[in-house]
Amino acid sequence: MSLKLGVPSKGRLMEKTFSWFEKRGITLSRSGSDREYAGKVEGIEGVSLILLSAGEIPRELAAGRIHLGVTGIDLVQEKLPRWEQQVEEVSQLGFGKADLIIATPACWVDVDTLDDLDAAAAAFRKTHGHRLRIATKYHRLVREFLTDAGVADYTLVDSQGATEGTVMNETAEAIADITSTGETLRANHLKILSDGVILRSQATLWRSRVPNYSADDKAVLSKLLDQLT
Amino acid sequence: MANRSQIQARAAMMRVRFEAAGAQVVDPPLLQPAETLLDLYGEDIRARAYVTSDALRGEQMLRPDFTLPVVQMHMSDGAEPARYTYSGEVFRRQEHDPDRSNEYIQVGYEVFDRDDPSGADAEVFSLFALQLRGLPLRAATGDIGILMAAVQGLRTTDRRKAALMRHLWHPRRFRNLLDRFAGRKPVPEGRNALLDSQDPLAIDVPMIGKRRASEIEARIEALREDRDIPPISDSELGGLETLLNVRETMPFALEQLRDVAVDLPQITPALDRLETRVAALQARGVDVERLDFEAAYGRTSMEYYDGFVFGFYAEGRPDLPPVATGGRYDALTRQLGNGAEIPAVGGVLRPDLILEIEEGAQ
Repeated sequence: MSLKLGVPSKGRLMEKTFSWFEKRGITLSRSGSDREYAGKVEGIEGVSLILLSAGEIPRELAAGRIHLGVTGIDLVQEKLPRWEQQVEEVSQLGFGKADLIIATPACWVDVDTLDDLDAAAAAFRKTHGHRLRIATKYHRLVREFLTDAGVADYTLVDSQGATEGTVMNETAEAIADITSTGETLRANHLKILSDGVILRSQATLWRSRVPNYSADDKAVLSKLLDQLT
Repeated sequence: MANRSQIQARAAMMRVRFEAAGAQVVDPPLLQPAETLLDLYGEDIRARAYVTSDALRGEQMLRPDFTLPVVQMHMSDGAEPARYTYSGEVFRRQEHDPDRSNEYIQVGYEVFDRDDPSGADAEVFSLFALQLRGLPLRAATGDIGILMAAVQGLRTTDRRKAALMRHLWHPRRFRNLLDRFAGRKPVPEGRNALLDSQDPLAIDVPMIGKRRASEIEARIEALREDRDIPPISDSELGGLETLLNVRETMPFALEQLRDVAVDLPQITPALDRLETRVAALQARGVDVERLDFEAAYGRTSMEYYDGFVFGFYAEGRPDLPPVATGGRYDALTRQLGNGAEIPAVGGVLRPDLILEIEEGAQ
């Protein structure tokens, strides 16, 4: 048995994760070809690397199939109910920074706060006969945020990609999505509500609370955490 | 722990008692059209109910409660007056607390009767108290109708009153609005400049989306008008605050509320109804001298109630949900009645919790 570490399998998130570990004396690499989702760990004994899509890492942590994993705060909080009970934050990695925000058309000059959004939603429903639609893939986080803020007369519509385009296409009136620089929002004539930041996310190393850790696992874990943090 | 058949047996027994009180048994379907529930509760219901769908009927929800289907059934073909009882499963999604059941049995009793609403309130409450007799429970009561009357009678614009009424069940947003209408909260930055602007829509971004320029202009106009409205007065605000903090046994609560009515005379008819209800409860043998009344009771969780509200809670078991809840929902019958309406009051019991408390008491 070895301690399983799950890392995003592609792109900049993978590269930056690799270099974050490298700086701490642990070399992660893909074994064999670029297409193979297995990896190699050097610099510490008893840890194996598993390459996964970042979106699957929360679920794998919660199932206890991996002991450690790198993925965004947004994905952990959206996908794992009562996430604090299932995973523990080991370290924020300082990259992959993005905010989950609520944005409306920039032309809504009368809407600047959640208060305004709520008032606009009430009037919108009266005028159009349906509730104001907010496109998102983060249903749980957005609903909890809006419930907490007391916004009513809205409905969430699912959008798994190109969410910023939904307003222009009139399949939604507002969106809730991840943004890092805000550039895509501006390009699509959207603006962020002044109190519309739901969550500030970044790539984070998590430890699963789910699996049983053997004495050997615990020894490797504490050595690894010493080296990393 | 009681098993399923014990819970069902207890449910059946309780339903028989409601039948003996004159109720007709009804059995609404498990699958309910999602649209009605969404219209009523908004997006929040998705966090509380299980949603499923098919291509023909679209989204359906696993029955999250009985009141809605019973009201719909009564409004479409019920005779008057009517008393109904039911027992069966309801389903609630649980995302935060694994100890709460996602499926449990409710036994309910609902009264649709135009004569003597106070009598009907007392009838329901005392029947519930009878079903629960001997258990270590605390009863709480309230009356959403008093707060509603207070808001509807404020000396301010209909628009402000409608905004407050819309958020009666969201205490934080209600407070927010109240502070704004009382001039206690600064306007958002840039708001005055926007309202002063000759042509607020002369901006350097394209008009996109289904919310049209005319709608934006209409809201700006409404905001301009609202800016010139005097704030809600301190005496009205103070009255509302005192009202919301009333928490006493029934006779003392009534006395305190009569004092509030000096600042908020609009609540007097609602207080008269409360007084009649106290008498009706007393006539049915309820010990009102020891019955708690909280003016803010039911404000966070009981969205369709608009008058008398009540709940029974296990003493010393704050971890348990209420064993019974109920209240008056006249407005709901109007909303689902296509023009018709009828005063209605009812409630539900949880036989599983009753058995759990009995076990714990032994």
